[in-house]
Amino acid sequence: MKELQVKILKDKIFKVLIVSLSLISVIPLFIILFQIFKNGIKAINFEFFVSLPKPPGEEAGGILNALLGTILLLIIALIFSVPLGIITGIFIAETRNKFTDFLRDFVNVLQGLPSIVMGILAYLWVVKPMGHFSALSGGVALSLMMLPLVIKSTEETIKMVPFSLKEASYALGANYVSTIFRVILPASIGGIMSGILIGVSRIAGETAPLLFTAFGNPFINMNPLKPVESLPLLIFKYAMSPYENWQRIAWGASLILILMVLFLNIFTNIIIEKWKKS
Amino acid sequence: MEKILRIKNLYASYTDENWILKNINFEIFKNKITAIMGPSGCGKSTLLRCINRMHEVIPGAKVKGEIYLQDKNIFEMHPIIVRRKIGMVFQRPNPFPTMSIYNNVIAGYILTGVKLKKEEKDRIVEESLKKAFLWDEVKDVLHRKGTFLSGGQQQRLCIARALAMKPEVILLDEPTSALDPKATRMIEELLVELKKDVTIILVTHNQSQAGRISDYTAFLYMGELLEYGETEKIFTVPEHPKTQEYLSGKFG
Amino acid sequence: MKTDKIFKGILWISGLFLFFIFLLIFISLFKGSFLSIKSFGLGFLFSKEWNPVTEKFGMLPFLAGTLITSIIALLISLPFSLSIALFLGEYFKTGFISKFLSYTTDLLAGIPSVIYGFWGLYLLVPLIRKLEIKLHVTPYGVGILTASLVLAVMIIPYASSIAREIIKLVPGDLIEAGYSLGATRYEVVKKIVIPYSASGIFAGLLLSFGRAFGEIMAVTMVIGNFNFLPKSIFSPANTMASVIANEFTEAVKDIHLSSLIHIGLWLFIITFLINFVGNIVIKKFKVNERITG
Repeated sequence: MKELQVKILKDKIFKVLIVSLSLISVIPLFIILFQIFKNGIKAINFEFFVSLPKPPGEEAGGILNALLGTILLLIIALIFSVPLGIITGIFIAETRNKFTDFLRDFVNVLQGLPSIVMGILAYLWVVKPMGHFSALSGGVALSLMMLPLVIKSTEETIKMVPFSLKEASYALGANYVSTIFRVILPASIGGIMSGILIGVSRIAGETAPLLFTAFGNPFINMNPLKPVESLPLLIFKYAMSPYENWQRIAWGASLILILMVLFLNIFTNIIIEKWKKS
Repeated sequence: MEKILRIKNLYASYTDENWILKNINFEIFKNKITAIMGPSGCGKSTLLRCINRMHEVIPGAKVKGEIYLQDKNIFEMHPIIVRRKIGMVFQRPNPFPTMSIYNNVIAGYILTGVKLKKEEKDRIVEESLKKAFLWDEVKDVLHRKGTFLSGGQQQRLCIARALAMKPEVILLDEPTSALDPKATRMIEELLVELKKDVTIILVTHNQSQAGRISDYTAFLYMGELLEYGETEKIFTVPEHPKTQEYLSGKFG
Repeated sequence: MKTDKIFKGILWISGLFLFFIFLLIFISLFKGSFLSIKSFGLGFLFSKEWNPVTEKFGMLPFLAGTLITSIIALLISLPFSLSIALFLGEYFKTGFISKFLSYTTDLLAGIPSVIYGFWGLYLLVPLIRKLEIKLHVTPYGVGILTASLVLAVMIIPYASSIAREIIKLVPGDLIEAGYSLGATRYEVVKKIVIPYSASGIFAGLLLSFGRAFGEIMAVTMVIGNFNFLPKSIFSPANTMASVIANEFTEAVKDIHLSSLIHIGLWLFIITFLINFVGNIVIKKFKVNERITG
């Protein structure tokens, strides 16, 4: 029975290996979270939210410019991507032909593109003609990343709306437009919303395409035609800097960014759960 | 007559609440076909799975009681050993799609890492396929994948796979429910032939199948063994009123 | 019915607009890199000189840097992501610990790239530097190995979620057949689950490779930004994405900017091909599963 014991031992070792490798994989998460909380919490106080970063060497300073900038960038990205995304999502879901098949493939390609390519495009389309960096161009780059997510979530949720619902609407004499707006869209709003939130949580932390579009700005700017700071941009610049108080700001900003992303994720999950139940 | 399996005070469950099997007691005779019948949900598949401890594959399963193979309690043996001695054939034919027909037959050896010589493998493959009435149909395509075979052929391949391990008992869980009448008849003939070598326990919801091929029949109802005995007797003069009702098609 | 017509018109216009974006992407990237394509042609891919002063540009160092970091990251992450996939798809399908693991890997996937980079800079770089001192190589701290480690951590959640989906598609009755023949769980995993899902797992690897290939910030922050062919896994290097991130705002000469866009064009083409092949293989695996299983 020695053969059997070896076999059982091998089986056990394999299981232990699977379990330990799996658990090791999540250790980085806890290290990252721990370090960011530990270093970030020290940087954060009321002033951190309401003041601008100070020059190197000086104490304190905050990230107000980046917070407002991120909000501005997200708003621009949403304006460009959500209406267009929902309408094209409806188009792709409701129309079945070679053209929409092609568009569906294109959306998949767009989703798989490295974000830096979006940055290049926004640079070529907005920065170059305007002659300078701007929040607008950063928003365009981010909206290119949002667009496939909005289109796909719209398309998928609309397809999940039972056909009988649509039939019932037509049977009542409703036309196409009111069927879409009164029946189909309300029934799929949760799915579309969660798609948008997933998109926002992804672009909120996006840095690369902003490097040469939004560019960054040490001051508060709410003008879409001027360069603007964003949280991830600020983290990148300040983390790479040799100044201690800038690095401290980078830790604090990282904590805020992580909390933002976590909050969005939890919020999205709640929406998905609620929507699935109804 | 020699008894090969003894089931004593067996209880089984998948949840914490109630037992799916309640106090099952009976003995299975060697080289006979025993059919386990009963309305759906009566626990017949669970009983079959307990016999080679396949119930343990389902999370949360637990049992109480004993099952003796010859004189050893299978719950005190390692499940690997139990399953090598007691083979199983499933409701849906499930040959391994990644393996050739040849390798499917000796899959038990491949999976458990038993090294065999080429001649030995050839012999086992030929013998098992012949026993499963499949040799003539596949002897020229042994090294092709088995996915192009018909359902009946696939199920016979699975029987050959179980036979290749030289088990003492083979458990079949509604082996013909996914097959057409012709393939079903072939499997039935095959089982009657096989009982010379191996003890067969068959779960079926098909009464006439039980009547045609089994020597003994156990009737299970709501997790309890209501009646067990020679098939002829159960089908002609059932003792329990529920058995009577079931056989006359009152429920099923 | 007039509103219906108008609405359908709007739908079509939006579809055409999307198509227009598609065309514009190609035209812009091609036009933007035209100067570089004209000057260097296909030689751009194989030239190892990147020199803004002499205006000689070739992307071989970055192609090499990207390939090496991505492959090392993939190799490091493979045992971990397969383990998570087996953990969630086979060993612990339900229960507290499985929820915990899938939730934490989701969180790992949600952490912004720039934070991974920051973390790599502050935790990994000093560690690697110590290692390099021990091994008597130049202690840069930053370089290929550091970038690969950060990348590995980043692609584990992605790779494991694909592998888990694939492993879940292995028909339960095949696994049961394995157990009924007296195989242990290890034997069932090794000889039934893995062979059955091999093509799907391969596609998952390919897609994860695509992910690593296009990753930017985390790599940029820890790779050392060195525009020459890397000599060892400890040497600083640059990837295609990170050189664009680094030099785009500094590129004053037209040919420099055009060459950076040219790299972007190739990044586009390569990631497109990787995703395309990966998705086809996965689609095929799923269809196959439906027929035979």
